[in-house]
Amino acid sequence: MIAGILNFFDALIATVHDVLPIVGVLFGFQLLVLRQRIPNLRQLLIGFAFVIVGLALFLQGLDQALFPLGKMMAEQLTAPAFLGIDSAAHTYTPDWHHYVWVYLFAAAIGFSTTIAEPSLIAVAIMANQVSGGAVGIRGLRVAVAIGVSIGIALGTYRIVSGTPLQYYIIAGYVVVMMQTLVTPKSIIALAYDSGGVTTSTVTVPLVTALGLGLASNIPGRNPLLDGFGLIAFASLCPIISVMAYAQLSEWHANRIKKQRLRSQEE
Amino acid sequence: MVDSIKDLLPIIAVIVFFQLVVLRQPIPNLADLLIGTALVVVGLTLFVYGLKTGLFPIGEMMAYGFARKGSIFWLLLFAFALGFGTTVAEPALIAVVNEAGKIAAAGHMIADTELAIADYANGLRLTVALSVGFAITVGVLRIIKGWPLHLLIIGGYASVVIMTGFAPPEIIGIAYDSGGVTTSTITVPLVTALGVGLSSSVHGRNPLTDGFGLVAFASLTPMIFVMGYGMLL
Repeated sequence: MIAGILNFFDALIATVHDVLPIVGVLFGFQLLVLRQRIPNLRQLLIGFAFVIVGLALFLQGLDQALFPLGKMMAEQLTAPAFLGIDSAAHTYTPDWHHYVWVYLFAAAIGFSTTIAEPSLIAVAIMANQVSGGAVGIRGLRVAVAIGVSIGIALGTYRIVSGTPLQYYIIAGYVVVMMQTLVTPKSIIALAYDSGGVTTSTVTVPLVTALGLGLASNIPGRNPLLDGFGLIAFASLCPIISVMAYAQLSEWHANRIKKQRLRSQEE
Repeated sequence: MVDSIKDLLPIIAVIVFFQLVVLRQPIPNLADLLIGTALVVVGLTLFVYGLKTGLFPIGEMMAYGFARKGSIFWLLLFAFALGFGTTVAEPALIAVVNEAGKIAAAGHMIADTELAIADYANGLRLTVALSVGFAITVGVLRIIKGWPLHLLIIGGYASVVIMTGFAPPEIIGIAYDSGGVTTSTITVPLVTALGVGLSSSVHGRNPLTDGFGLVAFASLTPMIFVMGYGMLL
């Protein structure tokens, strides 16, 4: 119990330390440049304190419970014995059967960690407010999570197959560019943003463990070179999935509109 | 509270399923897991509450403050300081650049000494922080001038693709990943609120189409800058 409380204070101090530069910039400009009276200062400070304490508890809980178990599972799923790699035989041909669970785990962990990602919650709340409710909080988060899930699964496949990262990323860019032409204008900026918000507190540590585990255990992969790249997938695929979600919603709305028109004519 | 529990259910389901069904092992330290999950739930609830009462209003208040002051110079300086200041101390970034230093030494790009590795890592960290400062500055300028976001982003993609052809292979994976790790949990809500606040106070801008996009810049420019760093060294 006492150890838990001490751990919490460590996490709190670490969070405060991370936040200091932000606080410095905000206060510096407010006091030296803007010099305006702040209405509801008390309430803002209380809200900020809630964010810091909340984040510290959140990180502490993850460190204590989910990260150790998640990392251990990533290590076990990528262990040579589980993958059926015979380190004595020097010839190694990847058999995709062994990797089905790895891909499934990658997809599942990508989806579930994204749903719990606090910065995505923030962007979804803001998008919902700004669009007057047109962008649903849950809908956007699920769309992003599906993107991350596909991204991480593809990224693990890339590590297993050993194909160059840039081919995938460049192909992804081409898809994004084409989608940009046909997606409703109002959603494009939000879709681009959703790529950057997905990968922070929750996703990065678990996904990194998975990537490093795969790259160190599969013969012929170099963990230093091949372990990277999963985050890049996780930042690119949500852009595609959010635009696809917007396109589907628009298509669906149009179809309902057409049906209504037709039934009115009849 | 109920929402936070719902947010966490998927992770718990995934971990329990893979542990019990796929790996066929009991769950170690069940009590620790339960306490930890409870902490995560409480933390997330507090965070979301603080977001609405603290972080969002602060970001919007700064945006309105600068709009009233009417000085583009100070606004851009603020944007740069926010991007640079929040990134340079970001723990996820520090972890990635240290890893990158080891890769560079292993690939014989730099001498394999601790000093050379630390120099390389710090240079990389500064590069990424500069790139995020640059990104928020350009993003804010875009909101004020009303430049179309997709043209800038596509231009950025084109630079990434072209630079990939010339950058040393060792740096490409790190460069691509550095785009994702720069935006932290506190920066994202602040920057989003700043963008939305600015676009609602500048005449003729729409908060939905113009207010978003700052985070997108902040995840794009690090790739370009990091590859540039790899090419210069």
